[in-house]
Amino acid sequence: MAAVREVPPDNDVHDEVLAATQRRRAQKVQIAAFFLFVALVPLAVHNRYYLHILIVVGLNLILATGLNLLMGYAGQVSLGHAAFYGIGAYVSGILTATYGCNPWAALLAALAVTSLVAWLVGKPTLRLRGHYLAMATLGVGIIVVVVIRQTTGLTGGAAGLTEIPSMTLFGRELQSNMDMHYFYFVWAWVCLLTVLFANLVESRPGRALRALHDSELAAQTLGVDTAAFKVRALVISAAYASIAGTLYAHSSMRFLSPTPFGFHTSIALLVMVVLGGQGTLWGPALGAVTITAIQEALRPYADYDIVVYGLLLVVMMIVMPGGLSRALGALYGRLRERVARHRAGDVAR
Amino acid sequence: MLRVRSVDASYGRVQALRGVSLHVDAGEIVTLIGANGAGKSTTLAVISGLIRAQVGDIQFDGRDVTNRPPHRLVRAGICQVPEGRQVFGDLTVADNLLLGAYSRWRRGGRSEVMADIERQFERFPQLDERRGQLAGSLSGGEQQMLALARGLLSRPRLLMLDEPSLGLAPIIARQFLDEVQRSRDEGLTVLLVEQNARAALRIADRGYVLETGRIVLEGTAQELLDNPEVQRAYLGKGYREVWE
Ligand SMILES: Nc1ncnc2c1ncn2[C@@H]1O[C@H](COP(=O)(O)OP(=O)(O)O)[C@@H](O)[C@H]1O
Ligand SMILES: [Mg+2]
Repeated sequence: MAAVREVPPDNDVHDEVLAATQRRRAQKVQIAAFFLFVALVPLAVHNRYYLHILIVVGLNLILATGLNLLMGYAGQVSLGHAAFYGIGAYVSGILTATYGCNPWAALLAALAVTSLVAWLVGKPTLRLRGHYLAMATLGVGIIVVVVIRQTTGLTGGAAGLTEIPSMTLFGRELQSNMDMHYFYFVWAWVCLLTVLFANLVESRPGRALRALHDSELAAQTLGVDTAAFKVRALVISAAYASIAGTLYAHSSMRFLSPTPFGFHTSIALLVMVVLGGQGTLWGPALGAVTITAIQEALRPYADYDIVVYGLLLVVMMIVMPGGLSRALGALYGRLRERVARHRAGDVAR
Repeated sequence: MLRVRSVDASYGRVQALRGVSLHVDAGEIVTLIGANGAGKSTTLAVISGLIRAQVGDIQFDGRDVTNRPPHRLVRAGICQVPEGRQVFGDLTVADNLLLGAYSRWRRGGRSEVMADIERQFERFPQLDERRGQLAGSLSGGEQQMLALARGLLSRPRLLMLDEPSLGLAPIIARQFLDEVQRSRDEGLTVLLVEQNARAALRIADRGYVLETGRIVLEGTAQELLDNPEVQRAYLGKGYREVWE
């Protein structure tokens, strides 16, 4: 009888698994360091305005992280992501302000509605090859804003929805005009959703997503149901937007109008992801910070920020198509190499 | 094992396949040869569910599998190594292999998959040396080996290869086809699409010749090698020095 060679299963730890573990550990350290830094921010920043901006950065970070999953991993583009943000915000706002719902129950309801809409948009369009999703989400983006404006009885129309109650936490109201509490609340969400994202993209489904971004055909021939994966990525990214929407609804203004949920915002989100670097963990953060800063700086010039986004996109595509985070990573690598070479030179001398 | 019966397929208005029938028996290497644009890739795409068969039917193991979604066909045991290799360039070699076992992960269990991956690394030492490297940085021959190993990790019973020797140096192509032959000797059934008819017929048991979407000839590999039509059109008799 031929001797069967025993291949030891898991104990022989795989290089790749090792590399992935190391990468994951490094990411955990990065995430922990980042949020520790964020936690210390209010000690230094007392200015209400700045805290408010940092809350907006947090919301944008959640939105961009969700969109990054769709663009950077599933390889699909949403041109109407602000609509999912808007649905989340308005479902939360209406349920709590008009119907006196508990904000957490409203958060869940908003998640359910947004996910359902995303699923309905994705299911038929993602079966087809090509940019049908981009077209469909563009349409959804337009429709949602029109519906918000027209159903005045429900949404307050263009005049807006007012008197949205505060978020509650363990039975206590989070006084959202005391920005510090709300700042921590929003950034706790950012932390949670970032960790979720990091785990998701390192998991087996995450690997399948990256594969399908690389070569959809090859992924299919290996048994990845690529259409189903894209739909899931869209639903998750819409769910992220919905949570950001709920957080927006309960933020300091406690007021909703259709304006922030239009095409303009969809484009800004798209630019955040591309600028920061699609398919990276820290890209959305870099993009969210940069674009929020630009938005604030250009506030006096109203709609001209879209010109800046256009320019940014063009320049990015030429100068660093991989986005800021990859460019910075490469720069860091080169610096380290130079330092190492310098040291080696010193030793030699 | 596989039986394709009078299948038609088209891309919009362009009809790519007209009444294609072929069969592959267990343990065979069957080759499908034909000029560029004859419909070889389309035939494979229909079998693996990537393109719909408008007419005709496909049976695998006696069961009708016509127009099943690709992921279910992979689970049934049909795997295609697509044209142009299509390794996941941004992923490591090991990640590529893990994805090869994608369809088994749930059923097979992790340790079994890991053991299988190690077995592929033993078989292809060049890949072992580069397991942590991005697949995009491999040479053409290594990428083709990776695509083969990745395909084998789905534990297919029928493996379909689409022009694996395209773009490879003759020596590397030969090594590759030897590996295919070895897999067959270990029990795999192979449907091999090639433009390089001589290389394909060297390892095949039987073959089909496809011309503008129709099967025009079929026979054992030897019969095809001896056929004057095949010699003239696909083996370049008289132009040997040009081709070899
Ligand atoms: N995606 C496509 N869209 C339209 N026509 C296609 C497409 N792919 C292949 N064809 C056409 O179908 C025919 C068969 O192509 P294919 O199966 O790729 O041939 P082969 O693999 O034998 O070179 C050709 O006429 C080709 O032009
Ligand atoms: Mg082809």
